[in-house]
Amino acid sequence: MNIIICIKQVPDTTNVKINPETNTLIREGISSIINPFDLYAIEEGLRLKEKFGGKVTVISLGPPQAINALKEAVGMGADEAIQLSDRAFAGSDSWATAYTLSLAIKKLGAFDIILCGKQAIDGDTGQVGPGIASQLGITQLTYVFKIIRVDPETGALTVERLLEEGREVVEAKLPALLTVVKDINQPRPTSLFHIRRASKLIIPTWTVADLPGADPSNLGLTGSPTQVIKIFSPPKHEGVLELIKADSVEESAAILADKIIAKKVL
Amino acid sequence: MPLLDIDKDKCIGCGACIDACPFGALSLVDDMVVVNDKCTGCGACLLACPMHALSLPEKLPLKMAGNLASYSGVWVWVEQFHGQTDGISVEMLGQGRKLADQRNVALTACVLGHHVEHIAKEAISFGADRVFLVDDESLSFYTTAPYASTLINLASEYKPEIFLLGASARGRDLAGSVASLLHTGLTADCTGFDIEPENGLLLQTRPAFGGNIMATIICPNHRPQMATVRYRVFEKPIADYQRQGQVIPIKAAMSVDRITAHVVESILEKDEVNLADARVIVAGGHGVGGPAGFETIRKLADVLDGAVGSSRSAVDAGWISYAHQIGQTGRTVRPDLYIACGISGQIQHLAGMKTSKVIVAINTNPDAPIFNIANYGIVGDLFEIVPALTKQFKKKLHK
Repeated sequence: MNIIICIKQVPDTTNVKINPETNTLIREGISSIINPFDLYAIEEGLRLKEKFGGKVTVISLGPPQAINALKEAVGMGADEAIQLSDRAFAGSDSWATAYTLSLAIKKLGAFDIILCGKQAIDGDTGQVGPGIASQLGITQLTYVFKIIRVDPETGALTVERLLEEGREVVEAKLPALLTVVKDINQPRPTSLFHIRRASKLIIPTWTVADLPGADPSNLGLTGSPTQVIKIFSPPKHEGVLELIKADSVEESAAILADKIIAKKVL
Repeated sequence: MPLLDIDKDKCIGCGACIDACPFGALSLVDDMVVVNDKCTGCGACLLACPMHALSLPEKLPLKMAGNLASYSGVWVWVEQFHGQTDGISVEMLGQGRKLADQRNVALTACVLGHHVEHIAKEAISFGADRVFLVDDESLSFYTTAPYASTLINLASEYKPEIFLLGASARGRDLAGSVASLLHTGLTADCTGFDIEPENGLLLQTRPAFGGNIMATIICPNHRPQMATVRYRVFEKPIADYQRQGQVIPIKAAMSVDRITAHVVESILEKDEVNLADARVIVAGGHGVGGPAGFETIRKLADVLDGAVGSSRSAVDAGWISYAHQIGQTGRTVRPDLYIACGISGQIQHLAGMKTSKVIVAINTNPDAPIFNIANYGIVGDLFEIVPALTKQFKKKLHK
């Protein structure tokens, strides 16, 4: 089975704290990590390979240091890695990112399945996966919670998706692009054996020159339909705190209950 | 090569941009800011610079400027499941109405499904002037291809200027596909919209970096300007059943036999309270201490006919399921009453609940950030306070 996994290196924003006085980021010690949702995609890809054989290729679009994310994926067990890095790609929004990744995937040749995390924790858009699937003209299955059945011979694929009101079982055909949610598996740690392999593996860096058919007007900042025009701190909530401090817990609770009832929100 | 340009004549080496950079791409060398390869060109530093020394390269001139004028009107995709309109769609119809009025254009609702004529009428009552009603067996269950191809055909023919979809699982799935194939911009998870008076562009505001910063995004050269909209940030309009509108029947783009993905089973999680629609939410966090602690939370929620919410840390610890998670990576909620128990109030959590009408915080740590946004607070042990509060409400509400 030919498995392609798209990953992104992101700042570890889950640990970001805010300075309540200045309302700005405290970013000391923020490190770069593999987008946590992508770890589930890698794990799921490795499991498919273990079951059906084949090859797991990870690809990532990003600045040069994103190679560390690819090395980590190889350290988990991925066979090959491709980095997409070029100044021409910089500033890509989700459309241009999906366009560039889909060109790289076309160049990689035939595949059975593409796996992505459901979204990246820095951008939180969840749009690149569907974008790639649309560019490649293949079936997309987002928010996959479980791969129930996959048969590389017949191309049959059954997955369970996680939605607001519950779950649904969908039958589809390979090739397909799946974006996965966190409950799908427990990602394995890197292993010493694979880390050694990762340190020796040559990870090619593809630039725009390596992508046949790339239209420069569709790449990077130029090729991005959306444009950020303003960045600002979130407005502070106008909550005026009334601390309730009575002699006993019972009394505090009674006062609070009265105040809430008086607000007519029940 | 990083994209950021630093005007070395203007830089005074104050370091304000260094604090603003989410990627740690900026540093001071010899009292001058330098940028490294970690820069992604996100622009977070630009406004932080008091000297206007930082810039990103300008975009190329409008490539399809000539065509833009032919796009007009505001569209909303009305999401439905089993014939029931999703709340987010009602919120968007309200917001879409405002944008349409600002642009002085019509509001169009796209209603797709099978046996969904009643939803077309509902959309008009919530503000739509026109409804494209695509009622077809192929649309009985949402799957990407038949829905996306139908919307792509409609948008290509009727050329809307603005197209909004809900930031639900289906909405994000659909919007990502439609925008990609229409070759246009899509802004995810918007929490605010406005129209730029000078050029009529849609200003789309959304949280980024886990809610730490807000970004305003435009789509200047492509149409439609597409966005998904976050749950519960816009008020639901009041239905006016006297409103008149036009319902236009449209054929579905794909026949049943061409569809390759099929929903074969829906598993509804009935015991899970719908957080997005709850008027009252009692939420627990790290301070709840374990799955058993959520029983205390649930008792209070039950007395108030509310839903149980949770911070991310309690979900990550496995004390409660993800369906309860509120915040940046969970649900956004806007109840009338939000009682946060043992939740410190990390920015990511606040991003998901800070628009609640009345916020109550119960926490042992008087410095917990949750108190900064709360209307009422009690400093103390939730295992003493929450049961006492439950008892008081039982008594006072005669339950």
